[in-house]
Amino acid sequence: MVDRRWSRHVLALLLVGVGGACGGAAATPAAPSTSTSRGALHAVEIRAHPGLGRLDGTVEDVRGAPAGVRCNTCHTSWVTGAPARRPQELDEFHEDMIFRHGNLACASCHDPDNHERVRLASGETFPLSETMALCAQCHGPQHRDYRNGSHGGMSGYWDLTRGPRVRNHCVNCHDPHAPAWDQVLPAPPPRDRFLTSSHREGAHHE
Amino acid sequence: MSDAAGKRPADPARRTTLKVLGASLGAAAFARAAAPLTEWSGELSVAEFLQKHYRELTPDEMKAVLARIEEETQRKTGVAVSVSDLRPQPGVKFGYALNLSICIGCRRCAEACHQENNHDRASHNSYIRVLEMTQGSLDMEKGNATYQHPVPQPGHYYMPVQCQQCDNAPCVKVCPVEATWKEKDGVVVVDYNWCIGCRYCEAACPYHARRFNWHAPQVPAEEINPNQGYLSNRLRPKGVVEKCHFCLHRTRAGRLPACLEACPTGARVFGNLLDPNSEIRWVLQNKRVFVLKEELGTQPSFFYFFDE
Repeated sequence: MVDRRWSRHVLALLLVGVGGACGGAAATPAAPSTSTSRGALHAVEIRAHPGLGRLDGTVEDVRGAPAGVRCNTCHTSWVTGAPARRPQELDEFHEDMIFRHGNLACASCHDPDNHERVRLASGETFPLSETMALCAQCHGPQHRDYRNGSHGGMSGYWDLTRGPRVRNHCVNCHDPHAPAWDQVLPAPPPRDRFLTSSHREGAHHE
Repeated sequence: MSDAAGKRPADPARRTTLKVLGASLGAAAFARAAAPLTEWSGELSVAEFLQKHYRELTPDEMKAVLARIEEETQRKTGVAVSVSDLRPQPGVKFGYALNLSICIGCRRCAEACHQENNHDRASHNSYIRVLEMTQGSLDMEKGNATYQHPVPQPGHYYMPVQCQQCDNAPCVKVCPVEATWKEKDGVVVVDYNWCIGCRYCEAACPYHARRFNWHAPQVPAEEINPNQGYLSNRLRPKGVVEKCHFCLHRTRAGRLPACLEACPTGARVFGNLLDPNSEIRWVLQNKRVFVLKEELGTQPSFFYFFDE
């Protein structure tokens, strides 16, 4: 279930800068604090939703670089012919897009009548900034953990009486179209003498 | 001398010769044995040699110590640093929890520690070791800390291990000179100016959390973190032990530890165990947490949990 009170907070506080540039680093004030017992608290900000992305597709611009096309360039009015119902039906500009998010259809999340909005299972529609509530209707445990500070990267102050905190939005890490993380290369390992392979056989200094 | 050797009673000249020879040998041996001391004291100022134990320093004396360290760092490295001595906050006891279900083993926490705490670049030291564990095993001794392949690997999970800030810390008990102790906010600290480098604490720690400085850490001047703490990330001298201090130069100012800020997944939860509304308390109350090597009775302030 979606926590309505939480949703409204996010809606109210994330509204700024939604239609702005893709990948903007600006953070907007958001989120009720998890603690109110210690007097005036600094804000917990959630990074703004980057908005609709660009498609670096197969088309090249005059300089030979991949032509980046903002989704809205075509999708402001949704008049590009019969809308695809499932990602698999997409072609032309959408060829490079990767869809690995269960068996969702486009309209499972997007409002088919207004591409700038998302639609909850209840039929209620919200601006893209409200994506977190949309995610939460299926990913309740993750949303619960997020609200309680144990999911998602953050920086700033643990002690909100002394300074603010900035938190990642779901979509900062999870591409809504392919949310699972790929493998990554780790940072270099330590090189101290007990951790070299010859010592590791003994396994006493791991 | 060969004639003298056969005569009785002993020739006084022979006795004198032997005495002089013995005294010369003794003096030479003493000078040789004391050589490391005289060489080492070349780097050691009188003020540092006479410095009192951390907990006996008055505020004025501490101020002078911090100014001296800043000046020495400037002189040796050319970098202007600020060395602070933040004290524990009243009503705060730090706790840390780590979600093993979402840690992907990317080692960014260890890398952030490496940079934040002015670790030796050549050994790529860090207070955190990320262990690649086989699913089904919780034995940290079987973990692999030196993996170099894309992560996460199927069939494995990843367990970062650092100082567990034990309430019943074996490392503190074995220190013969009280150079390491537990502070009121739960952090086990080391006074690098008091440590004699015996490494008993390193041997006593069941979590392999302590590191010995075989040489003074080498950090390029432009990479030195100038925000330093006396008990935390200031440049360590050769021959002392060091360990994770929960980034106390940051956390005692209310900031999050560097390893937490670097974590891309949010697997790390840090906060005040004494605040019932803190995130760390929510984890302890709502997740199935466990501690490493619980059977040893070390009572860590560091907790691990899986989501389901």
